[in-house]
Amino acid sequence: MSVETLERILSEHPFLKDLKEEYLDLIVGCARNVFYKPGEFIFREGEEAHEFYIIRDGRVSLEISVPGKNPVVIQTLEDGEVLGWSWIVPPYYWHFDARVVEPTRVIALDGRCLRNKCEEDHNLGYELLKRFLTIVEQRLQATRIQLLDLYGAS
Amino acid sequence: MLPHLFVIRSRKLETSDTFTLELEPIESGLEFSFLPGQYNMIYVFGVGEVPISISSDPRRKNRISHTTRMVGTVTKAMGMLKKGDVLGIRGPFGTSWPVDRCENCDIVIVAGGIGLAPLRPAIYYILANRERYNRVILLYGARTPEDILYKQEIEKWKSRFDFEVYVTVDRGTSGWKGNVGVVTTLIPRAPFESRNSVAFVCGPEVMMRFTAIELVKRGVKEDNIFISMERNMKCGIGLCGHCQFGPVFVCKDGPVFSYNQVKDLLFKREI
Ligand SMILES: Cc1cc2nc3c(=O)[nH]c(=O)nc-3n(C[C@H](O)[C@H](O)[C@H](O)COP(=O)(O)OP(=O)(O)OC[C@H]3O[C@@H](n4cnc5c(N)ncnc54)[C@H](O)[C@@H]3O)c2cc1C
Ligand code: FES
Repeated sequence: MSVETLERILSEHPFLKDLKEEYLDLIVGCARNVFYKPGEFIFREGEEAHEFYIIRDGRVSLEISVPGKNPVVIQTLEDGEVLGWSWIVPPYYWHFDARVVEPTRVIALDGRCLRNKCEEDHNLGYELLKRFLTIVEQRLQATRIQLLDLYGAS
Repeated sequence: MLPHLFVIRSRKLETSDTFTLELEPIESGLEFSFLPGQYNMIYVFGVGEVPISISSDPRRKNRISHTTRMVGTVTKAMGMLKKGDVLGIRGPFGTSWPVDRCENCDIVIVAGGIGLAPLRPAIYYILANRERYNRVILLYGARTPEDILYKQEIEKWKSRFDFEVYVTVDRGTSGWKGNVGVVTTLIPRAPFESRNSVAFVCGPEVMMRFTAIELVKRGVKEDNIFISMERNMKCGIGLCGHCQFGPVFVCKDGPVFSYNQVKDLLFKREI
């Protein structure tokens, strides 16, 4: 797939909407297309986090492995969603396993390369942090609602 | 209002604590008309009476069904009944989902847990008159895969090209290949045209609160969000005051309200 197509996909993605063109170019320079088969792990808990992913289609589950038991799925992510924010928060390790449930196409973005660029240009860093904070807030909110045992009692 | 006698024609266990009874009037020729979203007061003889929504197709007048979760005295006794046993029914009562007022709109149905039961008649109605609506979407959240109601029927709905069905569970078990996450997480992803959408929401009150917030965030107008409230009931006809919710009575002014009507009360404690 050509760089132009990647650029179009990324520029139209809600996560990167209205990002300055020069920043978008930078991000496209750190991006690659990847395909995963069901059962594959995109990353595993404890590994170094140096990428994040924009899911183009498919489904990925975030899991915690529990010794002697089946893994606990805490959330699934799919088309259009962003997977992974640990690359931007020190010490940059994954907190969960990301396992592919259905054939999944993602755009993987090189977090190490972006981290360096953010250090060099704090405006870019601030832009990305704001966007990732929104995702972190959504995930936190969803997790809190999950704790309420929403459908159990009225 | 005296109860009519209905005989149980079938009983189906939906999940470990939820069952559906199919009922037929004993009086020959008695037709039972209701609107989607309305409920009956069901009398279990010698035990007591509870409000339960009607969960069957409103076009069917000779048989109705009720899907009930066993939580306490009456619903547990009701769960012990068998085919051929008789129940008393007063109804139908209450307001309904405004299925006729939202033609040419996208319909977003959001159900949590047993909240799918009171919405099922609306789904039947909408699918039977499918050409009157734009997109029709069901977002359904259950606690675990085992708690999903109407499993076979949901599979049938999923196979239709004119009905988009998304199911999510709070806790996935091994073998579950679907979505995990609360039902509110489906709202930002769901493919509907916000400005022209009408939403029907039913589930426990917290679920409806968070769902309404997400729908409003997505741009659905508050006037176009409808929710179905639950309160303890006794008379069902606005006389006893048991179901009072601020200035309204859930039994006759509801159970279906527009979000705008009850929003302020929904966020007040101890009402
Ligand atoms: C308009 C309306 C429509 C309804 N539709 C349905 C329906 O389609 N299906 C259905 O299963 N229920 C429905 N309900 C709820 C149902 O009426 C109650 O679950 C029932 O009245 C409980 O009676 P009970 O005698 O079994 O429990 P009780 O003996 O009164 O209560 C026993 C315990 O269960 C708790 N409890 C009571 N109700 C609930 C509840 N809903 N959820 C969790 N805990 C509860 C009580 O707080 C108490 O601790 C509806 C309620 C209303 C107002
Ligand atoms: S149940 Fe008696 S007033 Fe509503």
